[in-house]
Parts: sequence; structure tokens; C-alpha cells
Amino acid sequence: MSEETSILPAYIPPKARSLFEPHRLFLMAVFAVIIFCAAWFMRWDWLPRYGGRLAYGVWQTLVMLFWSSIVGFLLAVPIGLVQVTGPRPLAWLAKGFCSIIRGTPLLLQLWLLYYGLGSVFSQYPELKSSFLWPYLRQAWPYGFVTLMISFAAYEGEVMRGAFAGVPRGELEAARAFGMGRFTMFRRIWLPRAIHRALPTLAGETVLQLKSTPLVATITVIDVYAIISRVRQDTFLTYEPLLLLALIYLCLTGILVAAFRFLESRIPTREA
Amino acid sequence: MADSAQAIEVSNLHKRFGPLEVLKGVSLTARQGDVIAIIGGSGSGKSTFLRCINMLELPSAGTVTIHGETIAMKKDGHGGLMPADRRQVQRLRSQLGMVFQSFNLWQHMTVLQNVIEVPVHVLKVPKDKAIETAEALLRRVGLYEKRDAYPAFLSGGQQQRAAIARALAIQPLVMLFDEPTSALDPELVGEVLTVIGDLAREKRTMILVTHEMKFAREVSNHVVFLHGGVIEEQGPPDAIFGAPKSERLKKFISSIH
Repeated sequence: MSEETSILPAYIPPKARSLFEPHRLFLMAVFAVIIFCAAWFMRWDWLPRYGGRLAYGVWQTLVMLFWSSIVGFLLAVPIGLVQVTGPRPLAWLAKGFCSIIRGTPLLLQLWLLYYGLGSVFSQYPELKSSFLWPYLRQAWPYGFVTLMISFAAYEGEVMRGAFAGVPRGELEAARAFGMGRFTMFRRIWLPRAIHRALPTLAGETVLQLKSTPLVATITVIDVYAIISRVRQDTFLTYEPLLLLALIYLCLTGILVAAFRFLESRIPTREA
Repeated sequence: MADSAQAIEVSNLHKRFGPLEVLKGVSLTARQGDVIAIIGGSGSGKSTFLRCINMLELPSAGTVTIHGETIAMKKDGHGGLMPADRRQVQRLRSQLGMVFQSFNLWQHMTVLQNVIEVPVHVLKVPKDKAIETAEALLRRVGLYEKRDAYPAFLSGGQQQRAAIARALAIQPLVMLFDEPTSALDPELVGEVLTVIGDLAREKRTMILVTHEMKFAREVSNHVVFLHGGVIEEQGPPDAIFGAPKSERLKKFISSIH
């Protein structure tokens, strides 16, 4: 099969750059100096005392991010789908939902839900005696719901584009071979749409990570809340904030790497 | 006897797109082992006709019978027809192996996954058996080495051969080819025609819409010339290409050469 291999042009990677080009050496030096200064001149003696609480805060942040993204995405799939193929009223409903959520600040939504809805709930004795009350009187469900709704709205829009962008011919092929609607959706349309949307979803999830500290404003204890506590206790300004920046940077790095891995599982070659 | 030998029977098929009538009553019978080539200029309705056979386009009037089973249609309320029973259409479709002009391989699956997809998830063939069949088919079309490649990394000719393997994997009653070489670079046409020619020689029933007149003459046993939505002339290839009767067919053939 010699003709098999000869048809495609060979892939030529961009010229590999050396790690040791002058400007990079300079940047590395600057970075090393910053690290040294931070370690040497700043106060880090508080760190061991808050280690456990920081770990807890990071965990809370991750739990918030993970579940709000997962559930939000599960909602985004139908929201995107009905806008492409659903009946008109549902499509309008989905569009309206996306427009309203995307058009208002997340902080505002969070406060409306927590301070607004939360105080309305407490006026109903039926609710107070129901099994829901233990949840409704805590802060985290409001934070979770707000983040989830926000993710659903943004990703609903992303999925709408992704569903619409799957080439019609591929869906037609599925129909031509006798696939039922559900099988076609499960086997072809959805995986193909997710595959197309993955790079966007990666960016959106990183944004979602950096939306999570807002829940600290409604008394949910995440890593940001812990750092605020450190600042109040120690009267330090920069050290805790620098540490917080570093933590978010690392979490972002992990997220990006995870999405890269997912993307690399199905290579693309867009013309 | 006549019924079992009849793979596809289309009778009096009409198709309207709004005010435009693309097919004005086309009838065609394909017996088992027939290789029918449909030729005609662009806009003659030949692709539409092929796509009506497996209901990718819904005919406005007329019937399609596959292996003795007529597809039940009902009025759609807008002056057209729609299938009365979606499951019947799906079942009959899974007996027709369609090959498209633009390949339409599923890009998120490897070549092998594309070939086993319908057997495993529609026909419920056990996966290991489907893989066995698929690998044999890929060997046939010369793509065994590429079975784990994604379609985007294949040439057009390779993609179309993979698409043919995908269609063969359902062990179709009839193969439908919709201009299988029209999207290919000229130097890749040959490899695809070779594969289709082999299938024709082993007496596989096929209906082939094509622009490759020389090829149509070689492999088919019946040629249909569509013009303006009706069958202008039909007959054995030698008669059609050697001694065309209608003026339009004469003009069409001379314009090709």
C-alpha cells in the first residue's frame, strides 16, 4: 500500500524554539528574583497555622467548580439542542434564559438568589418545616445554584453553536443507515458537538473557576474566604493574596492540562 | 419469485421543492444483481431520485418498494408525503448501503469505528464479530493499515473507500452511490472506481448516480438517462452510449466527450 502513505503532505512542526533565548533567560532571571524576594523579605510564618484550612478551602472551591460545571453542562446540552432543533416556544425559552443570565452580572444573580429568594423562603413556615429547610438555610446551595445556572447559560450558547456546526452530511449518513433519532444523538451528534466545543469549554471552565470566589460574599467558605480570614487575622496584605494568586494559577494549569488531554484523544485536522 | 428477485421498485415518483417539480413521475425496477447507472445533466433530478429511495428526500407522490415491502406513506399536511411508520423506514434504510458524494464519514471516529458503528449500534451485531467483518472489508478496499486513523487524516479517495466499507458492513441488499467520485481530485478517482467496479463484477445490486460515463458503460447492465425530471431514455449501456435515440441524450453524450 505505498500509495496510502504518499498522498498527505507531511506535518512540519513550527520551528522548535530554544529555552535559552536571551529574552527568555532575562524573564527567568526576573522570575527567580521575584521568588527569592517573596520568600526572603515577606512573612510566611502564618502558613503552617492555616495549612489545613487552606486545603479545606481549595477542596471547597474545587467541589463548587466541579459540580456546578457538571450539572450546568448537563443543563446546557438541552438548552443548546432545543435552540437548534426544538419546537419554537422551547427555543425561545432557552434563548431568553441565556440572554438574561448572560446579560446580568453573576454577583447580582448570586445576591438576588441569596438575599432575595433566601429571605422570601424564610417567610413560609411550610418551607421551614419541610425537609428542604436544612439546605435552604445554608449558603452553599445558593452559591451552587447560581454558579450552575450561569454555566448552563454560557455553555448552552456554546452548545447551540456546536450542535449547529456539526456537518449536516454526517447526520444524514446516520439517518441513511437507519439510525433512530436517539441513537443518532447519542452516538453522532452529541459526541461530535462536544468534540467541536471542547476548546471553548476549556476556556469557559477556567472562567468558571475564577467566578467561584464570588460565593465567599454570601459566607460560603472557599479558598478565597480562607485567605480573607488570614488577612484579617495577620494584618498582612500581599502575602496571602500572592499565595491565592498562585493557588488559582495552579488550579487553572491543572484544568487546562486536563482539557488538553481530552482534546488530544481525538486529533483534528481542520482545513 | 418475481418479488424475491426484485430488490427495489420505484413507481411514479414525484418530487416538488415548492413550485419547482424536480421529478415528474419516475419509475424504476432493480432486480437482484442489477447494476443500474443513472446519468443526466446537473439539475436533471438524478441525485434527488436516489435520495428518495431511502427517504432522505421525501417524495411528493409515488411509492418505493424495497425487497417486496412498500414504504407506507401518509400526507404531511403541506401537500407532501411523510413516512407513516418511522421504524419501518429505519429498518428498510439499514438494508440500503448509501455512499455519498462528500463521504460523510463520522469525523470523531476512526475508520474502523465508522465501519462497525451501524452493525453494532443499529443492527445489534456483537462487537467482536462486527470488527472481524469490518477488518475483512477494510482489507478489501485497501485500508486495513489505516483502520485506526481518523477520517480527517485520509485523502479523499481513502475516505470514500472507507465510506464504501462502511456501507458494505451492513450487508446491504442494494448499494446506493450518489456521485461517489465527484468530490475527488482527478488522480484519486481511479482507486474508488476500481473498488466499485469490483463490487459490480461480483453481481452486487447497485444503483449508481455518476458522471463517469466510461465507467458507467463498463460496469452497468442498465443505464437510465434522466432529463428534466423524467426518464428520457433507458436501456443496456451499449445501446445508450452506442446508439442513443433521443436528441437530448445524443447531445448529452457528445457534450461529455
